[in-house]
Amino acid sequence: MGHVEHDKLDISTTLCGARLPNATVIASGILGLTHEVMVRVAKAGAGAVTTKSCSLNPRPGYPNPVVLDWGGGLINAVGLSNPGVEVMTEEIQAAKELLAPLGVPIIASIFADTIYGFGNIARFISEASPDLIEVNISCPNIDHRYQHMFAADPYVAGQVTRHVKRNTDIPILVKLSPNVTSIAAIAEAVVEAGADGITAINSLGPGLILDIETRHPVLAHGPGGVSGPAVRPIAVRCVQAICRAVDVPVLAVGGVMSGRDVVEMILVGATAVGIGTGVHYRGIDVFRQVCRELRDYMRRHEYRSLDDFRGTAAMPSL
Amino acid sequence: MSLPETVRITEIRRETRSISTFVLDAEIAQSEPGQFIMLWLPGLDEKPMSIACPSPLSVVVDRVGPFTMALHERRVGSLVGWRGPYGRGFRLAEEGPALLVSGGCGVGPMVYLAARASEQGIPTTVALGARSTAALPCASEFQALGANLVLATDDGSDGYHGYVTDAVRELGLIDARPTVYACGPEPMLVAVHRLCLEARIGGQISVERYMKCGFGICGQCALDGLLVCQDGPVFDVQELDGVRDFGHAHRSATGRRLPLR
Ligand SMILES: Cc1cc2nc3c(=O)[nH]c(=O)nc-3n(C[C@H](O)[C@H](O)[C@H](O)COP(=O)(O)OP(=O)(O)OC[C@H]3O[C@@H](n4cnc5c(N)ncnc54)[C@H](O)[C@@H]3O)c2cc1C
Ligand SMILES: Cc1cc2nc3c(=O)[nH]c(=O)nc-3n(C[C@H](O)[C@H](O)[C@H](O)COP(=O)(O)O)c2cc1C
Ligand code: FES
Repeated sequence: MGHVEHDKLDISTTLCGARLPNATVIASGILGLTHEVMVRVAKAGAGAVTTKSCSLNPRPGYPNPVVLDWGGGLINAVGLSNPGVEVMTEEIQAAKELLAPLGVPIIASIFADTIYGFGNIARFISEASPDLIEVNISCPNIDHRYQHMFAADPYVAGQVTRHVKRNTDIPILVKLSPNVTSIAAIAEAVVEAGADGITAINSLGPGLILDIETRHPVLAHGPGGVSGPAVRPIAVRCVQAICRAVDVPVLAVGGVMSGRDVVEMILVGATAVGIGTGVHYRGIDVFRQVCRELRDYMRRHEYRSLDDFRGTAAMPSL
Repeated sequence: MSLPETVRITEIRRETRSISTFVLDAEIAQSEPGQFIMLWLPGLDEKPMSIACPSPLSVVVDRVGPFTMALHERRVGSLVGWRGPYGRGFRLAEEGPALLVSGGCGVGPMVYLAARASEQGIPTTVALGARSTAALPCASEFQALGANLVLATDDGSDGYHGYVTDAVRELGLIDARPTVYACGPEPMLVAVHRLCLEARIGGQISVERYMKCGFGICGQCALDGLLVCQDGPVFDVQELDGVRDFGHAHRSATGRRLPLR
């Protein structure tokens, strides 16, 4: 039996041209607010970092509670709080400098409230030269002004993608929502419109949890996006559907807690794997632990790189 | 799981014109002085508050803005929510005396710490600072715990006339080489930090930053690379050495960095 040493196992990946030393990525909205903390996450073993989704102007978000552990994962309605593109540009630039020696790329997440707004914010954020841009069209916690999630309609999702592409030369990932009848159809529309890759999934729902003593929702906003272990099977199914439908790299996010979960995402075709809620369950060290578990699997199966098993999930014959 | 538990307020004790102790119908099985809870007023907001007593769960709250004002309008019997405990608290040194330095609403965790020190038989001095005699909270609690109490007021209406950190220096409170534990306004904490480094004595400092999740997910409470909600709120003096934002900048709800006033 060809025994492969642990550190010879290649868990690096290339995501839309960006080289990741390992396939784990911290998901948007988790610790991605300031450059020092992002660098700390990279040093703790993340293969790439994603910023908190950033808008043109600063947003304070909703009052607290904005995120809670409900037992099966997290529920959140943060209200897309962020310091605005001007500050985020500085944070990205500062982070880039410190991440370069680690070989860890940075993904800038952006959002806007109009199709044109997405083009604007893409142009501004590009001045910070992030390695990739993630276009968040799928936040479930939108206020009434936004009416519908951009990710809910193939035409609108495509239009957003087109406007972003027109305003930047940096490769873009479009982040999709599981809350649609056919995520594959949305994926096809954004790829057709020029998306270089896809991130999926954003949090599920929104869901609702009440405090039955006071009858108030536990989140100040009321409904909130559901993430963590409870959503993983849905995320895996979405990633599989996307990988079958389109031919661009997929950053798979949703409920990943362990190396086992990373393997599952790669088996259905993911190029890289995001971790958000996993940071809550296993701490910032989750990236290193997950990579160790991933390597254990690869050694057992005598895989030397992720390409050896990517997309090899068996299809039911029934 | 960290959903807030809603419980009734069982007692409200007025400490000063703006500070009251709120006792809740709840108990925390295991906690350390310096740890905090997230206190929820359903339909309004939720804010970090230090544990002043774990059983029955109590917090000492200064009325400074919309949330704390709304809390002060609550009556015995009102429902409030809490979750926690969160963060890393004070770690009482087993050797030598303890010096607790407290300013303003920093008094809550100090009541808990003084109680713990008293249980462990650690000789304890509490240096308590405020604007005036009327604003000195919880003095009788400290006395009841057998602590040596040193008061300082900005206007000289009681005890030492001046800042509490100057009292510590001038009254020789560090001569016995105590371990220093501090909680209060950040300029006071900066002075305590400097004092500990200069005198080469151990110190632990409780820092406040804007919090959202309270459990290390949102990144809102970042103090340089430190997460105050999880790595803190209590830091060793050494850990704060060279921390750029300590004493200089905090972050608003948007995450914008602002100078400390
Ligand atoms: C770990 C920790 C422990 C604390 N313990 C106590 C305590 O025992 N007793 C007490 O009276 N106060 C305590 N505070 C401070 C308390 O959280 C604030 O006074 C309170 O949030 C103010 O809310 P407000 O709406 O009344 O006032 P605002 O006008 O909103 O704010 C007044 C001040 O409180 C700060 N603040 C507001 N919201 C938050 C937030 N979400 N997180 C942190 N700071 C905030 C602001 O930056 C400002 O400096 C603690 C803070 C932290 C971080
Ligand atoms: C507290 C919190 C904040 C989030 N903020 C964002 C955000 O700003 N932008 C975004 O695209 N996704 C955001 N998400 C969604 C995550 O990036 C991720 O898609 C989702 O949580 C599923 O992954 P997980 O189960 O690993 O957490 C947030 C999730 C959480 C829990
Ligand atoms: S308050 Fe969210 S990470 Fe500290």
